Amino acid sequence: MAGYDSGSIVGAHYLDGDHAASEGAIAAGCNFVAGYPITPSTEVVERLAWRFPITGGTFIQMEDEIASSIAIQGAVWGGAKAMTVSSGPGISLMMEHIGLAAMTEVPCVFVNVQRGGPSTGLPTLPAQADMMQARWGSHGDYEVIALAPSSPQECFDLLIHAFNLSEQYRVPVLFMMDESIGHMTERVVIPPSKQIKLVPRRFTKLGPGEYLPYRAGDDLVPEMTQAGVGHKVHITGLTHDEQGYPVMNADCQHQLVTRLVDKIRNNVDKIAFYHEDEIEGADVVVVTYGITSRVSMRAIRAARQEGLKVGHLRLVVVWPFIEEYIRSLAGKVKALVVPEINLGQMVLEVERCARGQCEVVLVSHAGGTVHNPQVIYDAIMEAGR
Amino acid sequence: MTDVAETCVQENPVERYLRMDRIPHIWCPGCGIGTTVNCFARAIEQADVDLEKLAIVSGIGCTGRVAGYLNFDSFHTTHGRAIPFATGLKLANPDLKVVVYSGDGDLVAIGGNHFIHAARRNADLTVICVNNFNYAMTGGQAAPTTPLDAMGTTAPYGVCERPFNLPFLAKSCGAVYVARWTTYHVRQITKAMVEAMNKDGFSFVEIISPCPTLYERRNRLGSGLDRMKWFKENSVIKNGSDTRNIDIAYQQPIICGKFVDIDRPSLLEVTEAKIGDIRGKQRWADVSRRQKKSIEQTE
Ligand SMILES: Cc1ncc(C[n+]2csc(CCOP(=O)(O)OP(=O)(O)O)c2C)c(N)n1
Ligand code: SF4
Ligand SMILES: [Mg+2]
Repeated sequence: MAGYDSGSIVGAHYLDGDHAASEGAIAAGCNFVAGYPITPSTEVVERLAWRFPITGGTFIQMEDEIASSIAIQGAVWGGAKAMTVSSGPGISLMMEHIGLAAMTEVPCVFVNVQRGGPSTGLPTLPAQADMMQARWGSHGDYEVIALAPSSPQECFDLLIHAFNLSEQYRVPVLFMMDESIGHMTERVVIPPSKQIKLVPRRFTKLGPGEYLPYRAGDDLVPEMTQAGVGHKVHITGLTHDEQGYPVMNADCQHQLVTRLVDKIRNNVDKIAFYHEDEIEGADVVVVTYGITSRVSMRAIRAARQEGLKVGHLRLVVVWPFIEEYIRSLAGKVKALVVPEINLGQMVLEVERCARGQCEVVLVSHAGGTVHNPQVIYDAIMEAGR
Repeated sequence: MTDVAETCVQENPVERYLRMDRIPHIWCPGCGIGTTVNCFARAIEQADVDLEKLAIVSGIGCTGRVAGYLNFDSFHTTHGRAIPFATGLKLANPDLKVVVYSGDGDLVAIGGNHFIHAARRNADLTVICVNNFNYAMTGGQAAPTTPLDAMGTTAPYGVCERPFNLPFLAKSCGAVYVARWTTYHVRQITKAMVEAMNKDGFSFVEIISPCPTLYERRNRLGSGLDRMKWFKENSVIKNGSDTRNIDIAYQQPIICGKFVDIDRPSLLEVTEAKIGDIRGKQRWADVSRRQKKSIEQTE
């Protein structure tokens, strides 16, 4: 993309997920990162601090995650593509600004390399227990997009996609890694930048006086501008009209907040994608995301060897949730088995969408390591009986 | 008879800098915030700033509403976080002149950590703080700037804590320009704003302002006008004062003036000197072969 010459390293590399995510950001044209060190995400910012001077980006280590999560939004209004990176405690501090990004429609990416919680929890060990926080963590009604990579290669590929989605829909995108993916080292293949498709910022062509920063077309996504180009915009986290001016009444609240929510909900089919493996005719479908997808594969293979018809549905985009898909799937199977490294989060969504049409089985894990595949296997076999 | 158009000023000279479609504003009669905005509108005419490139960033509070009335790219962010927003804006787009305009509670209570770090790193920002000795927007609670013994809704028997001395705080953290005036000193405020905006690095102007609706009323200090008279009679101009000696005590004289005006390389200057052109021009192609090789080898 013009102006986003990425300076990526090209070819096959041996990278951990954190470093692959850093390279994904560079390849996505990200040129501003603000962060604060926290295990297990620190390597992402360390690498960017080292790489950005070469690729033309700016890294700043802020005084805390609250600052990081809003410095990136200032940078976006300055014209940058921006991201911040953290884990549990830091992500909790960022919540107010995820709401600000949703409300003011700032395209940006929040990387969460999940660790065990609550509180300081297990800094060096994995969990998937921030999935509901990702969706609901800031106050008020809003929608975000969240992706869950399951390998270092996906940390690279999907981070580019995360930026693209954020630009397309003008929403904060949460990138839900976890400690095991972040610290797992594997082959990562980086294509030449010419082959990487980037969604450019949807800058307005309207001039000052014509442009209204929050007037949206049919897709409900308004065009963007940046400071210093003459539009003299006013941007506020208060409920605002199309001009961006605060309006304190129920009508304006209704118009704005429903649009913010609908621009995502109306496009679930376009945004959310997943991988299906032998879903057709399955009796049991295992619904997974992130590292747990890989752990589950062993259990699924073993169950198939026993003659059970087991499908595997791997969510890549976890939010917005694929409600319709799960609803129709639930009508066709005996059971949906949901392993996750938490005590039951995405399973609540699966249950809600299944509407009692089939059994929904949670295979929980409090965090600190990944599941023993045996436990998942047992749950599949039990559900398939 | 003379033509009215010849004798009347048709347009208020500051109108062009305001979002007139948002007037009337929300501020109370006698409030000092509007006075400071008036000074600011005059200051930007005199300062060495490209008005197309001027951005205003506010936090939340009565003062935080300033961004919404100024006709520039203006950002009303979250409570306490105007400075880190502004830091990102400026670093991403160094051509901009970024001014943070907010209240005392916003900048030095909830935002205190950002304030000290921006001064330390000498971020290229002008910070204007309207200090009305309380959290006004939420109804007059005590703030870290409320003088000892003064009352607030959350300090019904008087504040028990020593307040911040903001010029001292700013100076000791590394600000390159520090001044304090009251809303009585409109010419000096304007001049201080001009000087502050003309500096590279972190410049800070504190403006002591009446909040007649809350602070003055609760402490029985009279109207906005009474307060202006009090400022007139009780402010002592001591340019160059040692900032350690200019604490504010309840109903004691307020020392005003310009206290710091020094030069120190700003965050942008240091960064750019260290890493070369990190603004997007230096590309992979410009990197030395040795550096390139070292990157390749670590993969
Ligand atoms: C995180 C958060 N906490 C609290 C508030 C409520 N609040 C809004 S303005 C304000 C105080 C503002 O005081 P100051 O910065 O001094 O501005 P003033 O109104 O006095 O000009 C507070 C506490 C908020 N908006 N956000
Ligand atoms: S409450 Fe105080 S600070 Fe707020 S507008 Fe009224 S007088 Fe001004
Ligand atoms: Mg105040």
